[in-house]
Amino acid sequence: MFESLSQRLQATFDRLSNGGKLTENDVNTAMRDVRMALLEADVALPVVKDFVNRIKERAIGADITKSLKPGQQVVKIVHEELITTLGEPGRLNFSGSTKPYVIMLIGLQGSGKTTTAAKLAVYLRREGRQPFMIAADTYRPAAVDQLITLSKQIGVPYYEEGTRASPPDIVSRGLKAAKDANAAVCIIDTAGRLQIDDRLMEELEEIKRRANPAEILLVADAMTGQEAVNIAQGFNQRVGITGLILTKIDGDARGGAAISMRAVTNVPIKFLGTGEKIDGFEVFHPDRLADRILGMGDIMTLIEKAEAAYDEAEAEKLQKKLMENQFTLQDFLEQLQKIRRMGPISQIMNMIPGMSQLQMQNQMDQETVEKRIKRVEAIINSMTRTERNNPKILNASRKKRIASGSGVEVRDVNDLLKQFRQMQDMMGQIRKGRFPKIPGLPPNLFG
Amino acid sequence: MGIFRSGMSKTRQSFFGRIATLLGGSKIDDETWEDIETVLIQADVGVNTSQKIVEELRSRAGREGMRNTDQVQKALREVLMGMLKTPPVMNISGRDLSIILVVGVNGSGKTTSIGKLAYRLNLAGRKVMLAAGDTFRAAAIEQIQKWGERVNAPVVAGKAGSDPAAVVYDATAAAKARDYEILLVDTAGRLHTNFNLMGELAKIKAVCSRVIPDAPHEVLLVLDGTTGQNALEQAKRFQEVVDVTGVIVTKLDGSAKGGMVFSVFNDLKLPVQYVGLGEGMDNLVLFNPENFVLSLFDEN
Ligand SMILES: Nc1nc2c(ncn2[C@@H]2O[C@H](COP(=O)(O)OP(=O)(O)OP(=O)(O)O)[C@@H](O)[C@H]2O)c(=O)[nH]1
Ligand SMILES: [Mg+2]
Repeated sequence: MFESLSQRLQATFDRLSNGGKLTENDVNTAMRDVRMALLEADVALPVVKDFVNRIKERAIGADITKSLKPGQQVVKIVHEELITTLGEPGRLNFSGSTKPYVIMLIGLQGSGKTTTAAKLAVYLRREGRQPFMIAADTYRPAAVDQLITLSKQIGVPYYEEGTRASPPDIVSRGLKAAKDANAAVCIIDTAGRLQIDDRLMEELEEIKRRANPAEILLVADAMTGQEAVNIAQGFNQRVGITGLILTKIDGDARGGAAISMRAVTNVPIKFLGTGEKIDGFEVFHPDRLADRILGMGDIMTLIEKAEAAYDEAEAEKLQKKLMENQFTLQDFLEQLQKIRRMGPISQIMNMIPGMSQLQMQNQMDQETVEKRIKRVEAIINSMTRTERNNPKILNASRKKRIASGSGVEVRDVNDLLKQFRQMQDMMGQIRKGRFPKIPGLPPNLFG
Repeated sequence: MGIFRSGMSKTRQSFFGRIATLLGGSKIDDETWEDIETVLIQADVGVNTSQKIVEELRSRAGREGMRNTDQVQKALREVLMGMLKTPPVMNISGRDLSIILVVGVNGSGKTTSIGKLAYRLNLAGRKVMLAAGDTFRAAAIEQIQKWGERVNAPVVAGKAGSDPAAVVYDATAAAKARDYEILLVDTAGRLHTNFNLMGELAKIKAVCSRVIPDAPHEVLLVLDGTTGQNALEQAKRFQEVVDVTGVIVTKLDGSAKGGMVFSVFNDLKLPVQYVGLGEGMDNLVLFNPENFVLSLFDEN
């Protein structure tokens, strides 16, 4: 698994001198780590080189704030520079062109254009703009059927001619239909194509000429590797893109392709696709993605993972229990086991902001964390059902029995009970606000 | 070999063609190693693996007293070739019905690869049936049905939204009853990080063996050739859950190089069976590492 940049930099700086300023030597050493981390996150090499040079300039001679260690200082600079590179959250631009505004979705095969078209339509409708869709992918078998099915599902009008006509002709007639339907925005779903496919790129140019789009959005897979640069450049040079949509960000790819594509096209990232369902669609936030690329903890990803691990009914049951203050040690044990099934603990820990630092400060490696969790499980496993449901009955002799049953000290049992009580208090507070659906995540179990 | 070479030529030029020009027949210096690392990284080989390859090459150059870059290029070719493997013959013969389960993340090219594979197997004289195991994605059933028509293979499908395991069960029973030799099972795309959907996949796999005890006989993971380092995470997780036996790398007709194959094979010992070089039914070719690497070095 990826080591987070902050951890890696900290280790590097521990080996280096600790003066009041970042020396050139310190910075050069650190830049090797930055380069590695970015490459592991799939940022394209030429983009990494540029980026590292910019960081270096800023970092050399930068005064070290008292509160930050040199490693943290560099991470801060990298983080800021990443956010700058990723740019402002993009908005759709509807000025200039005549109604209906046209949005063209383009991209490689399998990047998620059709699904994105439907998500975008729902988003626009929620914003108060009547959407319309045109099925212009006549190549992939059943691509038109896919768009029709989705349109019907979300109740958005569409235009299609099956696969008989040429895509530019379909678009011309579709636009007329959109106008007749009084649509405010018309989304064109084009076929996936390689940016090096001359004939199909010409077709895109023709569609653009006919549709005069307000937006041409490149839909790209978040898992894309080094080719991100060529893809973005290729599409941009031929048809001129106005924005990016990054899909499948709900996986565990670092998403470095976003940086690469931004860097070579300079167009804003407008949306992120965060799931297969229609509501898996979000306006882009640069800070979140920067955190993710750096492996600095991404609480949202954690929540997404947690949500993926729980089915809804179960989550609701649990939530109800929490609301009614009926969450027991037995529930806690079950949740713990669930969390562990979500993936290696170290990976999950890395998603919690601050956790990786905590881990670092306490010199806690994955093994220690796993050991602690196992210990907690062992303690709860040594309790009877009644005890798990009502820990108040745990007197000295019961605690002693549990301790020897699980091979720990009575002190450890007491610690766990204390933490559990604290957790219940925290739940009490959360109960008043919005509950983030990560039941059973104790506040200081790992600390 | 024809398609393989023509489809690969772009890759060849952009990847190894560059090494060839970079390295010429000149003297070895620091830049030589840097250039090689650059090219490997840009081919998605991954920064760690790339550095390891360069290290190995470097120490070999010292040991063997290499003097010019032609020798380095030859050695690089050998090192890369040593990191790949000729795919084992697929375990789909010698019994009445063999089942191939096809899995992967969304949009990687599963359904298309199934169509192409069915075409290949048909040409080889095998009786092939398809199972429309993706009941989730809109029009996924229609898509595989169109492929079935195109390559002349019957498709067993259920209703959209129905339980995929039930469809797969019906398909295995139908293939057995109707004396088909090979059943290709399509599945819905799913991200390897989605716990519930990975669980569903394990269930689909288990269902295959209800009718044919040792099935599925092959589990092919379809990786998108444009994917970067995440391919390894995908492969790990799918291997854990459904015991992948081989890999298909798609979309190598584009500008992507598919260098992540090196670490997928070296870390997980998953052989690449086929390479996808286009959207047509004949654009699936057997992976041949030797020809692959050799043709990468060809210049033209
Ligand atoms: N250029 C090229 N395109 C390919 C290749 N293989 C598949 N595709 C295209 O990639 C797109 C996605 O392919 P599908 O077969 O639908 O992918 P899938 O994995 O079944 O997708 P889901 O079922 O939606 O997860 C389609 O447009 C295919 O035509 C290939 O080798 N080269
Ligand atoms: Mg499919």
